[in-house]
Amino acid sequence: MKEELIISGRMNPHIDPVMNIWHWSIPLYLFLGGLAAGLLFFAAYQTIMGKDKKFLTSVRIGPIVAFGAIVIGLMALLYDLHHPLYFWQLYTTIRLDSPMSWGAWTLMLIMPLNMIWIFSYLKDIYPVHKCKLGFIRKIAAWIITTNDTKPEQDWDWKHKIIRDFEKYIVKDRKPLAWAMAILAIVLGVYTGILLSAFNARPLWNTAILGPLFLTSGLSTGAALLMIMTKDHFERISYSKIDILLVIIELFFITHWFMGYQAGSEIKVHTVSYFLGGEFTVTFWVNVIILGLTIPLILEVMELMKFKIPVIVPGLLIIWGGLAFRFIMVDAGQVIRYLY
Amino acid sequence: MRYAMAIDTKKCVGCSDCVVACQTENNIPIGYSRDWITETVEGTYPGLHLQIRSERCNHCEDTPCVRTCPTGASHVIEGGIVKVTPEECIGCGSCIEACPYDARYVHPEGWVDKCTFCDHRINNGQDPACVSVCPTTCMYFGDLDDPNSEVSRITAVRRIKVLAAEAGTKPQIFYLV
Ligand code: SF4
Ligand code: SF4
Repeated sequence: MKEELIISGRMNPHIDPVMNIWHWSIPLYLFLGGLAAGLLFFAAYQTIMGKDKKFLTSVRIGPIVAFGAIVIGLMALLYDLHHPLYFWQLYTTIRLDSPMSWGAWTLMLIMPLNMIWIFSYLKDIYPVHKCKLGFIRKIAAWIITTNDTKPEQDWDWKHKIIRDFEKYIVKDRKPLAWAMAILAIVLGVYTGILLSAFNARPLWNTAILGPLFLTSGLSTGAALLMIMTKDHFERISYSKIDILLVIIELFFITHWFMGYQAGSEIKVHTVSYFLGGEFTVTFWVNVIILGLTIPLILEVMELMKFKIPVIVPGLLIIWGGLAFRFIMVDAGQVIRYLY
Repeated sequence: MRYAMAIDTKKCVGCSDCVVACQTENNIPIGYSRDWITETVEGTYPGLHLQIRSERCNHCEDTPCVRTCPTGASHVIEGGIVKVTPEECIGCGSCIEACPYDARYVHPEGWVDKCTFCDHRINNGQDPACVSVCPTTCMYFGDLDDPNSEVSRITAVRRIKVLAAEAGTKPQIFYLV
């Protein structure tokens, strides 16, 4: 047997002995980005389909959670930068070849849309008369007028320009929804492409990562909506959507591993880390079994009228999505070309 | 113009003079290095084959590090030399992940640093520091577009290999084997 022993005299911090430039914040950012993409996509999708009156949690609450996720994700990304004071350099240029640049710009576009979306539903979500905190009412009084006699529509914006803008948005939500749906898909795919664009990292360098991360993001979004909603119909709908998404995800992963097994030497070497090697247990237990298979079985059982608390499959799917990204970022940096 | 380097693995003894020369010349922070020595032993005893190489950024022709940089801090200058502008670098690490040779590192000040082929020396007509100190003169530097340069002449007659050609970056450091 031919063997090779490689000894390198290099000891650069975070590069040797194994690459560890991206630690927890990048996978967290990818996870939150995917989750936000999922939530925003469903909000937009239900609106485009004209079902925004039925899927109240999706269109009203989902985008608020998505916004929080994006903000936390961006903070994680910023924390990861080693030269953070220069982050504005991201916005001095658009580099179509660089996935990081794509991501920075997509987030830049999606955040204002997300804000407009939340703004357009604010009146439905927050009846001011229920607000017990006096100081919030006082602050709010700067921009809104209250009318306690009409409980169903108890406040309005003070300035006409805001009222007109709101009217304009609410009149036809579809254009906003279309823009949001497209950007959400770009965001979801981007979380995968950020990794797959690196030909230096054999684990990441596959086109399937884009669709796979998108599917995973959509399924974590659906899982969270399933947990958040109190409406039975909405919950069952997302449970069904999740079953479909999990099956697609399992298919993609199988397809991906098969492709690698039939690939060149480096790909066979790469996939061996997941089929017997270092990452086998972590990956199979957390992602395949806990994160996909068990929730899939539970959700099918629920459809068959077994009593399953929705939080269990929901949290498992979210856990699977989170673990998947951590394992991918970690393993991707460990597995490298040998020469 | 296309700067390149040829390194003779038959002459290199792994003394690390090139590493120290670079650290001194370029004021590299302690504990870091832009070039390094790799030793590989291949085969089964007694049929062993030892190779010693001085490695650094390959100043690739097809540069994934430049492609994935979101700000343009990583760029290619005249002669195909790949450089980083510290004032434009946000330290995102994309270029580090993109390099199959792990030839870059994050400078303690936050920006990404790497081999520059000592372009400040080349501009004065000198060889890069590593090339100029090598006690076995195993390194050849020059312009590949000039058929009379040292590097063109030696790569024309000797058998050469590049590292991890399958990563597809068209490296411009040629190892004479
Ligand atoms: S060796 Fe790495 S850093 Fe140097 S040009 Fe090639 S990819 Fe870029
Ligand atoms: S770390 Fe700096 S040079 Fe590297 S890709 Fe990011 S901005 Fe560009």
